[in-house]
Amino acid sequence: MKKHVVVIGGGVAGLEVAGQLAKAGIEVSVIEKESKTGGHLNKWYKLFPDRRKSSEVKDYLDGITLNKGIIIHTNTTIERLNRNRSQYSIFTSKGKELVADAVIVATGFDLFKSARKEEYGYGIYDNVITSADLEEMFRSDEIVLSNGVVPEIIGIVHCVGSRDEKVGNFYCSKLCCVTAVKQAIEIREQLPESKVFCFYLDMRMGGAFYEELYREAQEKWGVNFIRGKVSEASETVDNKLLIKVEDTLAGRPLKMKLDMLVLMAGMEMSEGGRHIAGIGGLKTGENRFFSSPDNHTGSNKSNIDGIFYAGTCTAPMNITETISHARAAVIEVTSFLTSMKNQDE
Amino acid sequence: MNIEGKKRIWSDYQKEIADDHFFYVRSCIRQSFFPGSEQFFLHLLRNILGKDVYENPGHTTCTGIGYHSDIVPSATIMTVIARHFALMKESGYKNIAISCVTSFGLYTEILETWKHFPEELEKTRDYLFRATGREFDIPENVAHSSDIIYKFRNEIAQKAKNFLINKSTGEPLNIVEHIGCHYAKMFPKTGVGGAEFPNVLGGMVDAWGGTIIDYPERRHCCGFGFRQYLVQANRGYSVSNTAKKFSSMKPYKPDLVLTNCPGCNMFMDKWQYTIREMEGTSFGQNGESIPVLTYEELAGLVLGHNPWDLGLQYHMVQSEPLLRKMGIEFDATDKYKTKDGKQMPIPENLINA
Repeated sequence: MKKHVVVIGGGVAGLEVAGQLAKAGIEVSVIEKESKTGGHLNKWYKLFPDRRKSSEVKDYLDGITLNKGIIIHTNTTIERLNRNRSQYSIFTSKGKELVADAVIVATGFDLFKSARKEEYGYGIYDNVITSADLEEMFRSDEIVLSNGVVPEIIGIVHCVGSRDEKVGNFYCSKLCCVTAVKQAIEIREQLPESKVFCFYLDMRMGGAFYEELYREAQEKWGVNFIRGKVSEASETVDNKLLIKVEDTLAGRPLKMKLDMLVLMAGMEMSEGGRHIAGIGGLKTGENRFFSSPDNHTGSNKSNIDGIFYAGTCTAPMNITETISHARAAVIEVTSFLTSMKNQDE
Repeated sequence: MNIEGKKRIWSDYQKEIADDHFFYVRSCIRQSFFPGSEQFFLHLLRNILGKDVYENPGHTTCTGIGYHSDIVPSATIMTVIARHFALMKESGYKNIAISCVTSFGLYTEILETWKHFPEELEKTRDYLFRATGREFDIPENVAHSSDIIYKFRNEIAQKAKNFLINKSTGEPLNIVEHIGCHYAKMFPKTGVGGAEFPNVLGGMVDAWGGTIIDYPERRHCCGFGFRQYLVQANRGYSVSNTAKKFSSMKPYKPDLVLTNCPGCNMFMDKWQYTIREMEGTSFGQNGESIPVLTYEELAGLVLGHNPWDLGLQYHMVQSEPLLRKMGIEFDATDKYKTKDGKQMPIPENLINA
């Protein structure tokens, strides 16, 4: 009899896991809370560092999961997760009970809710937007202010909700710096007359070709990088944005008038992940992401036998790392299922 | 500007404010600089809203100015405030109403300190008992007196005789609200609306018909800041902060600045005179300066009280332009008379009069 694995989450990690398990001949069900799979890929226009379209990665994931015998339950959440001896009963919001031999949690991340950084006025000031909002603009090929006018001076704030004790997130989200660099280039591409200023704490370009992209942003696109944290934003009488920032290299405070301010929202443990942690008794770390018993050699393992993790539900990761982590989860699960089979025999 | 975004933030910072039975502690400097404010607060609560408010004659300064000047050590100020709590306990009250924002900041800071460092609370109990033989309880409710007016803002609106509307144009008055730093910047949860977009004064203005101005230097210090002012050599810095703030609000043509902190009111009022003398600059319309009132004074005007009974004449910037806009009738000859009708000396070179 085929073994059955339930994958919680239909984003990059969840789909990669599902596709690889199906290829190995394992029966797979994916539970996705949204109406379609793909997670954050559906919202992003182009990806760093090479600026390929996110839809290409989505096409790859669809290619390994669609028509492969995988059952995908969309618009579905999990109400209860019970362990019955060596199996798991998963009760869905649609009243179904799925019985699984193993569970892979791939609940991903949520973008930090930028309104929590009240001093930036997201949701209050018309032209304060997030990196996700800007991707929507890239997708529609129209970067405009709330009044329809094309912006001339645009500021980008790094580390919004990351490395920030005030919001309880000490960790680095790792991808915001390179996202800012990518988006700054894309703005300059679409609006050659614009000026773009990135306000950073320090540039963390620790990925393949990130540093090259950073250099390109400066040399080819003339993006200005100012080391310092924006302390507050406010609106002026002519509906521009006034920001206060400390230029820590020049060693002096700075005030600047902008047309648009883009907040690089960090990554947080998803709400769905927190729910699963609660009902499943799964341990989370100080950063609120899922924690594993061994960070170095077992980052796919949970504190419960038969439940595994894949992707950004454990820590901020880029897509390359997420795919690798998902494939590692497949190895852990197949090994677990083999050991179960041997025990049965 | 999206008001719904502000409302979402305000919903996160709704503090519990007691409804009745207040133990009222006055400010040291408010009684000197705007003496009608505290008096009207008591009149409003006791005689208009029918609330029970008690003042204990044994109440003293909280020593906040000394504390912020590094003269009074923390153990001492904790014991002084513990003594106030002891007076409250002895008087049979559990809800403290604090007139001064500096004091309010210290009460909240000390209560928070005791929460995180219970050994400090025990030490303070011991110091107070050894010094005075008194014991105290932690208050059940801590409110600034502006919180209390905010709580009853709609009742005041129902009894209003004058609204914050320009009678000649029918337009809402443009009002700058300035919140004292120590009200919520240290502990946002202790302030109505939090620290970034506070609503304690904005809620009053909204209920009484005015419009709040959100200008770029809204969050900036009034210019007081203990070290900026108390050290004489720093006073130029104090004035320059005030000038920065007023220059930022000027394009919005404010009719009034409303404050909830004694230091802010004093400095935003008096430094306007100073800047006018130093540079010939004024920040209101038509060469006038902008009146700076307390929330009690404004509540009094809204309820139709005589501006001179409210003590508006004791501000440096006179309020006549505001009174005319609101359509409030006043007798200029009564302005500097005592209650029994004796003429007091009339100050020279009054601004806006």
